[in-house]
Formats: sequence, C-alpha cells, structure tokens
Amino acid sequence: MDATPPSRLFALRGSDQRAELMLGALVFGVLAVVAAMLVFVFQEAWPSFSHNGLHWFGSGGSVDRQIEAIFTSGDLKRRPVYTFHAWPLLWSTLLITGLAVLIAFVSSLFVAVFIVEFAPDWMRAVLEPVVRLLASVPSVIYGLLGVLVVVPFIGNHLISEHSKASVAYIVSLSGYSLLAAVVILTVMIAPIMIAVFVNGLRAVPRSWLEGSLALGINEWRTFWKIGVRTARPVLVAGTVLGVARALGEAIMLAMVSGSVGFAPNPGDGLIFFVEPSRPLAATILQNAEELASPPMRHTLFAIAAVLLFSAAMLSFTGWVVKQPMKRYGVRA
Amino acid sequence: MSAPATAPAPRSPEPTVRRDHASAAWRLRDRIGLGFAWLLGLLFCAITSAIVIYLLVQGIKYVRPELFVTHPAAGFSERETGGFLDPLVGTFLVGLMAMGIALPLGLAIGVWLSEFGRPFPLARMAESTIEMIAGTPSIVLALFGTLIFQSPALGFLSRSVGGLVFGRSFFAAATVLSFVALPLVVASVREGLQAIPGHVREASYAVGKTKATTTRRILLPAARPSVITGALLGFGRVIGDTAIIVILLGATLRFDGVGSTPVLSTLRGTGGTLTTYIFQNAPTGEGNQPAKAYAAAFVLLMLVLVLNVGADVVGRKGKALRWS
Amino acid sequence: MELTPPPVRRLPLDPAPGRGDADGHRPGAPLDGARRRRAPSSGFATDRMQVEDVSIAYGRKLAVDRVSLPIRQGEVLALIGPSGCGKTTLLRSLNRLTELTSTASFKGSITLDGADITRLEPTALRRRVTMVFQQPNPFPMSVFDNIAYVLREQAARRPKRAALNRRVREVLAHAGLLDEVEHDLRHPALRLSGGQQQRLCIARALAADPEVLLLDEPCSALDPQSTQVIEDLIVKLREQVAVVIVTHNLQQAYRIADYVAFMYLGELVEYGSATQVFGAPREQRTREYVSGAFG
Repeated sequence: MDATPPSRLFALRGSDQRAELMLGALVFGVLAVVAAMLVFVFQEAWPSFSHNGLHWFGSGGSVDRQIEAIFTSGDLKRRPVYTFHAWPLLWSTLLITGLAVLIAFVSSLFVAVFIVEFAPDWMRAVLEPVVRLLASVPSVIYGLLGVLVVVPFIGNHLISEHSKASVAYIVSLSGYSLLAAVVILTVMIAPIMIAVFVNGLRAVPRSWLEGSLALGINEWRTFWKIGVRTARPVLVAGTVLGVARALGEAIMLAMVSGSVGFAPNPGDGLIFFVEPSRPLAATILQNAEELASPPMRHTLFAIAAVLLFSAAMLSFTGWVVKQPMKRYGVRA
Repeated sequence: MSAPATAPAPRSPEPTVRRDHASAAWRLRDRIGLGFAWLLGLLFCAITSAIVIYLLVQGIKYVRPELFVTHPAAGFSERETGGFLDPLVGTFLVGLMAMGIALPLGLAIGVWLSEFGRPFPLARMAESTIEMIAGTPSIVLALFGTLIFQSPALGFLSRSVGGLVFGRSFFAAATVLSFVALPLVVASVREGLQAIPGHVREASYAVGKTKATTTRRILLPAARPSVITGALLGFGRVIGDTAIIVILLGATLRFDGVGSTPVLSTLRGTGGTLTTYIFQNAPTGEGNQPAKAYAAAFVLLMLVLVLNVGADVVGRKGKALRWS
Repeated sequence: MELTPPPVRRLPLDPAPGRGDADGHRPGAPLDGARRRRAPSSGFATDRMQVEDVSIAYGRKLAVDRVSLPIRQGEVLALIGPSGCGKTTLLRSLNRLTELTSTASFKGSITLDGADITRLEPTALRRRVTMVFQQPNPFPMSVFDNIAYVLREQAARRPKRAALNRRVREVLAHAGLLDEVEHDLRHPALRLSGGQQQRLCIARALAADPEVLLLDEPCSALDPQSTQVIEDLIVKLREQVAVVIVTHNLQQAYRIADYVAFMYLGELVEYGSATQVFGAPREQRTREYVSGAFG
C-alpha cells in the first residue's frame, strides 16, 4: 500500500465513501418517507380522535349512519360532523382476525409438521410448491371464490328461513357473514403461515432430532418437543405475518363480510356466525371515493391510524415474545 | 462366549425384565396427535386441490382468446362487456413501473444494510422500518398516497382540474406499490449477499479492490439469483394488490389518459388492473359479470404461477452455485 | 437401576481419573506410549447383543459387508478402522437409526438378549440401546431440562418435581458432570464447554436407563483433557451397560477397549481382545493399520 500514490489512495477511499454516503442517503430517504407517513396519517386522523375522544372506540348508534352524516356534512359546507363510534368495525376486525388466525395457526402448525416430517416424499414434493403458490395468490381471487362459492353455500344451506326471519328487523342474513369471512381468511393466511413454519421447522438441526430419537423418544414427541420448540421464534414470526395480512385485508373482506356496520352479537346463538359485519380496512376501501369530504377524510385516516398502530404494536409484540427464547440458543 | 455364572452384571440380563416401557413408546396421545396431523395434512391437500381445480375449470370454461385483445366496456351482458385488454396491459404497466422503483431502491438498501450498515442505530432503524412497511396494510399506504399525490406540487403526475389534483395515476399507484414490493426485494438482496462467505470479500480487498467495486463486480453478480427471485416475488405481490389500485389508479375499466403526449398521457391517467377488474366483475362489484371475473382470475393465477415457478427455478439455480 | 458403579479395576500404575494427564492422549504419539486405562477384561461378561451376518447398503453402495460380532456387558467394544469403513453405519444399525435414512437397506440379523431387533418397536429398542453422537448435540434447553426431557418422556406419567430433581442430579453425578453444573442447573446447555456438552449427552443417554450404550467417536471434537474425563467415564460404565464405541483414534481404543473390531471397506477384518489386536494382529491389514501404515 506504501507504493500507492497518495492521490490514488484518496481516490480509492473516496469512491467507497461516496458509495456509502449515497446508499446511506437513500436509506435515510426511505426512513424519512415512512416517518412522514406516520406523521401525516396521525395528523390527518387527529380531528376525528379529538372530537370523539375515547368514544371513538366505543359503541353507540349506527356506524353506517354516522359515516353518512360525516360525509354529507363535508359536502354541504356545513359545520363538519365528526361523531363516530367505531366499535362495530373494531369488533368485526377483532372477531374475523382473531378467529381466522386462531384456526389458521393451529392447522398450519399441524400441516407444517406433517409436511416437514411425516408426509411421504412425493406428497411433500407436491405440497411445498403448492403452499408457496397459494401464499402468493392475490386476495381478490380468494374474494371471488368466497362470493361465488362460499357465500351462496352459506346463504342457501346453512341459514334457515326461520333464522332469517327471526332477525329480519335488525339485519338481513344472506350468506355474507362472519363465517364466510373467517373461512376465506383462514384459507388465505394459512398458506402464508405454513410456508414460514415449514422453513423454520426444516432449519431445525437434524442432530437435535436424532439425539432425541436415539434415546427412544418416538418421532411425534421428538418433533413436537424438540423441533417445534426450537422453531418457536419462526412460529412467532409467521403468526405475526399472518395477523398483519388478516388485519390489513380490505378487498376480500369487503367482498364477503357483508359490508354492514353491524356488530355480530354472540348472544344470538348460532346465528352469530352468519351475521354480517365490516372490518376496519374494508371500511376505508368502501368509502375511499369520499375522501374529498374533509371530515370523511379525517375519519378514514383515523381508521388507518388505528390499523397502522396495531401493525406496529403487532411487530413489537412479536419482537418482545421472541426475546426470552434466545437464551437457550434457539435460533430466530 | 458363554459367560461364567459369576458374571458381575449389576442388572439381570433377562430380556423380560424391562418390557414396561415398550407400551409407553407410542402413547394414545401421540397416536391421536399424529393422526390429527395426517388428517389436517390431507384436508389441506383436499382444499388446495379443490381451489386450484375449481379455478382451472372455471377459467378454461370462460377464457376466450378474444378477451385478451378486446377493450372492456360497460354493459349488462356477457356480450356487451368486452375483454380485459386494458386491465391486462395495466397489470404489466403498473408492475413494471413499481418494480422499476422498488428494485434499485431495494438493492441500495439491501447492499447498504449488508455491506456497510454504519452508523449502527441507523441500520437498526432501517431494519425495523422495512419490517414495519411489510406489516403495514396496503390500504393505509394507499391513503398516504392520496395525501402525497393530491398535493398541488405533484399535480403534473395526474389529472388536475382548476387547481384540484385528482392524485390518481399510474405514477401514483406504482410509486406506492413499490413500497409493497420493497421489503421482499430488500430481504432477498440481503439473503443473497449474506450467503456469500466473508473470504470472498477479503480476497477481493486483498487485490486492492474497493468496497464499491467489490460489491458491484463480485457480490452483486454472485447474489443475482436471489435478487431475481426477490424481483419476481415482488412483481407478484404488486400485481396482486387491489386496494392501492382502487384508490390510486381509479380502477377504471379503460385507460383514461391525461394530456396528449402518447405514453405519458396514459401514465398520468387512470386505469385498472386484473385485480380491480375481478373486483368489479364479482357479484359485489359494479360490473357483476362472474364469467369475466373467472376468466380474469384464471389469467392472474397463471401469471402468479409463472412468477412463482420462475422464482423457484432461479432460486434453485442459485443454490447450485454456492460456495461450499 | 443401581447408580453408584462398582469400583473399577485398575492397574496400580494407572493415573487417577479426572486428574492431570501425565501421558494420556497425545495425538500422533506411538501406540506403546499410550497407557491402558484399565486391566484387560477378565472375561466376566454377559452376551447382550449379537450381530449376525449384517450387510447395510445406502442405495447401491455397500457400507457394511456381512459383519458378525458379539456385544457384551462388562466389556468395552471398540470399532476401529479408517474413515468410511462402515463402523458408524454398523453402530447406527444397532439401534435402527439407519432407518432414518430412506435409502438404507439392511440384511442379516441383530439380536438383543436373543430377540430380533427388527421385531421390536424402534422406540422401545432405542430406549434400551441409546446413542451418543460425534458432535455434542445437547438440546437447546437448560442443563436440567436436557435430562428432565428424557425422564419426562419415558415416564409412564408425569414425574413429581422432587423425584425429577433427585433423578436429574443422580444422572448428572453418574456422568461426572454434577460438580461442574450444580450451582446453576438452569444454565443453557449450549453454553457449556464442548467436553461438558458431551458429558451432558452421555448423561442424557444414561438417563434413559439403557442396556447398551453406543458412542460414535464421542471425543473427536474435544480437547485432550475432556477426552480423558470421558474415557474414564466410559470405563466406569462398562459394568452396568454394554458399551460400543466407534473411534478412529487408536490410542483411545487401546486405552479403553477390552475387545476391538477392525473394519475396512465395510468388512470386519479382525475381531479380538484389545491386547491381541494391538499386540499380535492376525491379519496383514490390521497390522498395517495398527502400526499407522494407512488410514
């Protein structure tokens, strides 16, 4: 290096520095855009939150009528109306996401264990690419299947005329329902979770599994106690991914959930599952045409802010849950 | 080799003594668990093949060659509504434009994170930010997009009437969609770069190459399969998105150009993609032409399939050329 | 099972176990520099397993070719031979771990106490014939849980906390590890040293209360100090379990084995007592290998 003339050395180092600076600036730019997004979204959301306070999250009145009133108040250049009680939408989101993720998690775990450890080779060779394909099928296709297959099935076969009549004065049951939403959403996010789980379970070192098998612990217990245990951080990551997809799914849920600002009531018995509702993300999508009305815009951004906050909380929770698992050398 | 009677074995060598745990080897619980795994595995196979076969059957039933070359039109019957030429072109257009932004940006971020990564807090922040983008619902990104692209300063990118900017155009949709693909691209780039062992870099530095040159000439070519995989998967994600298209591209049936410059007018105008075409032709949409929706869904599924297979092939080729 | 082992018969000149190693394992040292860690077998041994005309192939590649030998409790049997001679494959077939490789095919018969092992349930067999691997592979849990896992899984019903505690300590003491880990049984097993990890693996294999213990080059990844501790342990164990050890370290085989089987290219070339195989090999190939001519 001594032989290199100073100018050339400078040039070498200079080009590296330049590259690092340029790339760093780009990264910083992306960070800035995301920060701007956070700021803008919450700023736009503020009027809705400040007018309603904590009642924003509560229930009261028909949420659909409130949205209507908010929209028209912007249109007529009157004093803007902000009254908005989002509980039916929140409840719908919680129900649909929670049920779908719960079912999808359990079945994905078993299916992933099956694929990695117990399926015959030929089946594994078929299943793995298919899982990856299903994980990347656009949600609108699932929505289409839901609307054309699942919803009519529920409407024609699972709901009796009697039960339709029994709640006709509150809400009409047509098959667009909680059940349809949960079923389709489960089928949609399960492949995503399975794909992640399979990767994680496959990465479990064979030597640990062999070590357990060699002590006379059967394949099932071995895989469950050593394999799944070791892959726990990946299970968390996959679940976080699944919840994020479920939470943010707008199109498919707008298609099959019924799109009524109604809070399904568990007290209704089995009818509960076939009652329509509408989650948060679908609400934004369906009212996106009305962004021009300022109070409407603030309300929709408030919904977006809630979603954004939930997504951030979700990945933070995932991170927190993974921390204690690192102690024993379980890989992330 | 008969052992003398005085063998000092501390335990009886009789084979019958310790049979107790043979029965405990596979408890009922384990058998039920295993049976359940098989059941769910087979159920998954059944559901999967039902979905795929159903879509294939419906698609083949309704796909006609003329659909690919006919502009869509509003109408009430099968015959009036035309084909999906515009949405098909729109799908590729918006996908290519979004990847045109996401790929270089993702490469830059991936390279910086993997090869430079200083100062450390910025790197950590960048990682969690990328993770956050991945978890952000696309509908939220879309809303944010309306804020940006409806600002008068960016009015030249879309239609504006009397100072009021519509904020809906291919530019707007593709820019926001690039954020949807970005985490996938960054992850693939990093994965590809991290699979290259450190001694390869050292060998390059040892002959006096700079970090920048090493990255450009050695590392990126070696990581190319990963990058291509990421790009294909990102493209698949972009063309599968509906929410952003609805809000930022307008989801119109046909291209609705702005201005008179040939290509630019389309890009500044509104349009649709296959996803929004399906959305609108589903019974819940405005068009309600299920046959057309099935045909479009079939085409979209085939596109995604091709992208997946492509990513698989490239990925496998990349794995074959690894350092040991 | 009785846990305190009977005193090990030793030659007076043997160094005490666990102490500093005067001339223990020195890689590359001539064989006569190595000392026997124990007296040759007195012949007071019981037949436990019988390997009869066993051939194992991976696909079309024959790994083990018509091998027959006995495995006895009270003696340490060492399988030696150059890399790829099939000794590990033979060892793994003793508790049917070869079956985990889908391409492996098996011919011949192996019996445990007269019963054909292919007739036994593999899980039940592996509880009686446990194995320790070349690379220490403690589970990603605490030291305590590594042992407790085996105990819990093998108990008919969930063992009581106190009983579990006592048993874990017994097993750790048995493997000579208790003193080193007693202060913190919650310590992550993967943060132990290599030698401690391997002793934990042996402890884990003993927790299963086996009848035969298979060791696949248990010291090849360890330093001389840990090697000596483990060799002492193996010698101590031989009265309670039949021990089969695979090693390509000839000094080690000489130090701890009572019987030695020399394998070459899948064949069993010579089987005999350690003194005979190392002192007066009958076969030319054995002589060459033992004197370091090849391998």
